[in-house]
Amino acid sequence: MAAKLEAVTGHYMQLEIQGRQNRVYFEQAGQGIPLLCLHTAGANGSQFRHLLNDPEITRNYRVIAFDMPWHGKSLPPIGYHLEEYRLTTDLYVETVLAVCRGLTLEQPVIMGCSMGGRIVLQLALAHGAEMRAVIGLESADHQEPWYDTDWLHRPDVHGGEVSAALVSGLVAPQSPDEFRWETLWGYLQSGPGVFKGDLYFYRADSDYRERIGDIDTARCPVYLLTGEYDFSCTPEDTLRTAARIKGAEATIMEGLGHFPMSEDPQQFRRYIMPILDQIRGR
Amino acid sequence: MSTMAATVAELADRVNCNAGLVRRGRFVDLEFMLQIGDQAHYLCISNGQLTAITPGPMLMRPWRFAVHIQAEAWFQFCQTVPRPGYHDLFAMCKLGVARIEGDLHPLMANLRYFQELLATARPKPTEADHGG
Repeated sequence: MAAKLEAVTGHYMQLEIQGRQNRVYFEQAGQGIPLLCLHTAGANGSQFRHLLNDPEITRNYRVIAFDMPWHGKSLPPIGYHLEEYRLTTDLYVETVLAVCRGLTLEQPVIMGCSMGGRIVLQLALAHGAEMRAVIGLESADHQEPWYDTDWLHRPDVHGGEVSAALVSGLVAPQSPDEFRWETLWGYLQSGPGVFKGDLYFYRADSDYRERIGDIDTARCPVYLLTGEYDFSCTPEDTLRTAARIKGAEATIMEGLGHFPMSEDPQQFRRYIMPILDQIRGR
Repeated sequence: MSTMAATVAELADRVNCNAGLVRRGRFVDLEFMLQIGDQAHYLCISNGQLTAITPGPMLMRPWRFAVHIQAEAWFQFCQTVPRPGYHDLFAMCKLGVARIEGDLHPLMANLRYFQELLATARPKPTEADHGG
């Protein structure tokens, strides 16, 4: 019997980012308003597979999820073995903009989760005119660290195992086991030091507390959604962030944790669909 | 907190009957202390099997690491669907109702094992718990 093919297609693209050539993998489905999805630290774009496979979304949106360099099926740049990977605000912004230019996305909606939810704030601030809206999932302008990232990359602890274990507590207890473990697989398979390198951005190079008040939501609307079980980016972190951005809309999602799109797609749908409808109607 | 002690005492059966969990902890050989409120328990693990739970206090008894959880927090943690903040050891540490001390290496190298070991204290969820 012939296999059922998903409507999702994958491609590789060559992108120059900060003067270095990168082979970047992305998946897409649908047509209409570009909806560019940014995965969490240490993971990859497959976290968004449920949105890519949702006909009610792809009817109106061209959903695109790419693997950041070093993640998933994207390669690290040449010479990676000579350096310690460290994501920064500048590198992250340039990567996202390179993808937008490379795929000629016009006025995309950018939706990111966790570190992706952090960078959408900077994108709204510095490049808001080029975007139709941003959606920050598990998004805050800053948050307090809760463990020592040195545990993530050392020879006597399996980096994938400890990364997955640490983030496992961020999944809501109600989330279906099937999707909990699929979410953790992204961490279990991540490259050595990649999660730690992403967290450099998250913890050391993205304190936006002093800046986000300048985001112009009339130009680029900001929607923030955070799961009630997320103790990394807490509901309080998100509500505090929203309070600093005039016009931002914040919602705390019941029964969800730090990975809403992948840990419980049906529950997440209840929250994301009205926002996508609202953005489309603008 | 006799009900707390009972919950901890039941951990051995629950862990040792869980073949997947024992396999996950197959390289774990140590004793750690689990202190619930004022009550200490020394949990001895051999190749992933929880072979003994010894109630404290016991002066001069060594352990590799210790997990301290406030009694009310442990009660919340043990619910079928715990409240946000009480659903994970690190969540409780961040909340300030639990803390970890000692040699963290065996804990971190086998973190998922220890998380699941503690979670066996919860009743098994039913379909209704996953509803909504």
